[in-house]
Amino acid sequence: MAKYEPVLLKNVGVPDIRKLDVYRSRGGYASAKKVLTEWTPDQAVEIIKSSGLRGRGGAGFPCGMKWSFLPPDRKITYLCVNADESEPGTFCNRVLMEEDPHQLLEGILIAGFATRSTAAYIYMRVEFHEQFHILQKALDEAYAAGLFGKKLFGTDYNLECYIHRGAGAYVCGEETGLIESLEGKRGWPRIKPPFPAIEGLFRRPTVVNNVETICCVPHIVERGVEWFKSIGTENSAGPKLYTVSGPVKRPGCFEAPLGLSCRDLIFGDDYGQGMLEGKKVKGCIPGGLSVGVLTEKELDCKLDFDDVRKYGLLGLGTAGAIVIPHDADIRHVLANITRFYSHESCGQCTQCREGTNWLYKIAKRIAAGAGRVADLDLIVEVTKNMGMMGGLSICGLPDGAAFPIRTIVEKFRDEFEDHIRRQEPGRVEYMIKHVNPAAYELPILGSRSVQAAV
Amino acid sequence: MAWQTIDRLTPVVDEKAPPVLSEAVREKIRSFFPRYETRRAALLPALHVVQDALGHVSKAAMKEIAEVLEIPPSAVMDTLSFYTHFWDHPKGKKVIVLCRSLSCQVMGADRVLQEVKDQLKVEEHGTTADGQYSLLTEECLAACDHAPCMLINEKMHKRVKADDVAKIIKDVKNADVTMPRSHLFDKPAAAAVELPKTSDVKEMKDA
Ligand SMILES: Cc1cc2nc3c(=O)[nH]c(=O)nc-3n(C[C@H](O)[C@H](O)[C@H](O)COP(=O)(O)O)c2cc1C
Ligand code: SF4
Ligand code: FES
Repeated sequence: MAKYEPVLLKNVGVPDIRKLDVYRSRGGYASAKKVLTEWTPDQAVEIIKSSGLRGRGGAGFPCGMKWSFLPPDRKITYLCVNADESEPGTFCNRVLMEEDPHQLLEGILIAGFATRSTAAYIYMRVEFHEQFHILQKALDEAYAAGLFGKKLFGTDYNLECYIHRGAGAYVCGEETGLIESLEGKRGWPRIKPPFPAIEGLFRRPTVVNNVETICCVPHIVERGVEWFKSIGTENSAGPKLYTVSGPVKRPGCFEAPLGLSCRDLIFGDDYGQGMLEGKKVKGCIPGGLSVGVLTEKELDCKLDFDDVRKYGLLGLGTAGAIVIPHDADIRHVLANITRFYSHESCGQCTQCREGTNWLYKIAKRIAAGAGRVADLDLIVEVTKNMGMMGGLSICGLPDGAAFPIRTIVEKFRDEFEDHIRRQEPGRVEYMIKHVNPAAYELPILGSRSVQAAV
Repeated sequence: MAWQTIDRLTPVVDEKAPPVLSEAVREKIRSFFPRYETRRAALLPALHVVQDALGHVSKAAMKEIAEVLEIPPSAVMDTLSFYTHFWDHPKGKKVIVLCRSLSCQVMGADRVLQEVKDQLKVEEHGTTADGQYSLLTEECLAACDHAPCMLINEKMHKRVKADDVAKIIKDVKNADVTMPRSHLFDKPAAAAVELPKTSDVKEMKDA
């Protein structure tokens, strides 16, 4: 196979690429000019639709289709760019904003025009300090050159673009949580429908897209739909940024066509280059924490929108792989994961708030060396009764929690049982008596009144 | 936990005290108004601005922000208490944020955390007695390729080893690399849209 030419990362390493004139000298903003001066918005939506571009933010929803849901007679539309990136193991949006800020801005121009948006808000997590300054500088430069503001490229189209900084909450990455946060409220996801396309930011039709999705847009315009479709697999067109972290030789962000295998991502010469000296793979969470875990034997799983499901995972997620080394205590990994979700649950829905918290408590207990084999069943049980897929919660956070927690318990069950068997004798009884009696009074759900939802 | 109320001990606002927000800060907050359809949407930027200026957002400051935005003070409190990045009581001059999520943990974040605690004699979410440092732990900072990582104010420290902690902290103490906290002091914005009248919004709702 011919060596893959990067698309989204093609400008990485070009000196001064953050400057407008350097970006322009490499053909930048030509696509935006073409769309704004020669196309109609509906034409642009059609092109993106036929390209098969699917959202890169986690859900994989077809991008053009999302745009076409906007009511045709709308007066005001908003575009929200999701740069909240807080899924553990994921940092590709950060790389895109750091390395090539104008690519994102050009994408926003085209996406804004296609959706007939009046303003675009880039919702950026607050921990991105350096990235904020980089992007703000690029934005200022673009404004000064007349690329944003009024009468763009001599047409009647106006678009304002602002960076809105978040304040540290994972749920604000959820699209309606993001909208609420932008409105100055707690980032509490909204009940859907109405979907944002009908009633979103300030109750206007709104489109929320991930940074990487937006970055793909100028390239589709430039090189055409056929070219885009020729990359990747049938259902998963286009280039994708993969990230890998954990004890690998070269952790980082790499571009490849959709469908790269997890093993290649970790061991490939062009990617992670294998494990650090003395480390072996125990497992890998291939798509940001929320998708679930693969064991060492399952590493040949292809990372695209379809293949991952065959391995019991939630989906592609954000394609950010976290490698778990052989010497990591699986009980601590579980405790870490459950802590994340119990900390980040926004607390609106009982199933999610209580479910994630109890999972954390059980996992903590197991990690403290006072687990019971029955606890493992209990964990699986709880994860089946808290998600949006079962209609029990408002947003997808508990589904995202259920998959890694359940798959890790199921796929590493032997290891958990082994630890529990070798536990200090009397430890469970000690905890019951002295530490938290209530925590051990939990009934083991044998005959359930609640039907398993997932 | 975003849904838990943490602090009930801060005294109520002294009505007679002079205002805590300077005119410059108020002006800065107002400069965000044209960006959004509602005033309330400027709340997150306003809280950032105030926290940058004062180091934290006190109850008195919350009340004054509410005045500027023309929203109830409880709305400010409601929003502020949700976000981990806003604090309603003073923190140290340098806020150390350590990542504790999975990638960083498998790369040794626990040891780094212990080392920071030992060096500064401070607990998680605590502040040193001299008011210089606060230590926070947070979930993934989206810098997992640099795991374990640690933010000190605005500066990201990458691939931190437990052995280097003393040096990093000392460096920050002596050499002056104190950075301003997240500042939003960019240019004021042009109006986003001709602000629609409230009746307009209702119309759309009905349609
Ligand atoms: C709990 C939760 C957190 C999310 N966090 C993010 C995020 O940080 N960044 C992101 O782009 N999408 C995130 N999403 C997905 C968004 O809801 C939404 O699907 C996405 O921004 C749509 O953009 P896309 O169609 O371009 O992928 C999250 C979803 C959930 C349920
Ligand atoms: S599912 Fe969880 S995170 Fe989502 S809205 Fe409900 S409580 Fe909040
Ligand atoms: S896990 Fe620490 S930065 Fe992502």
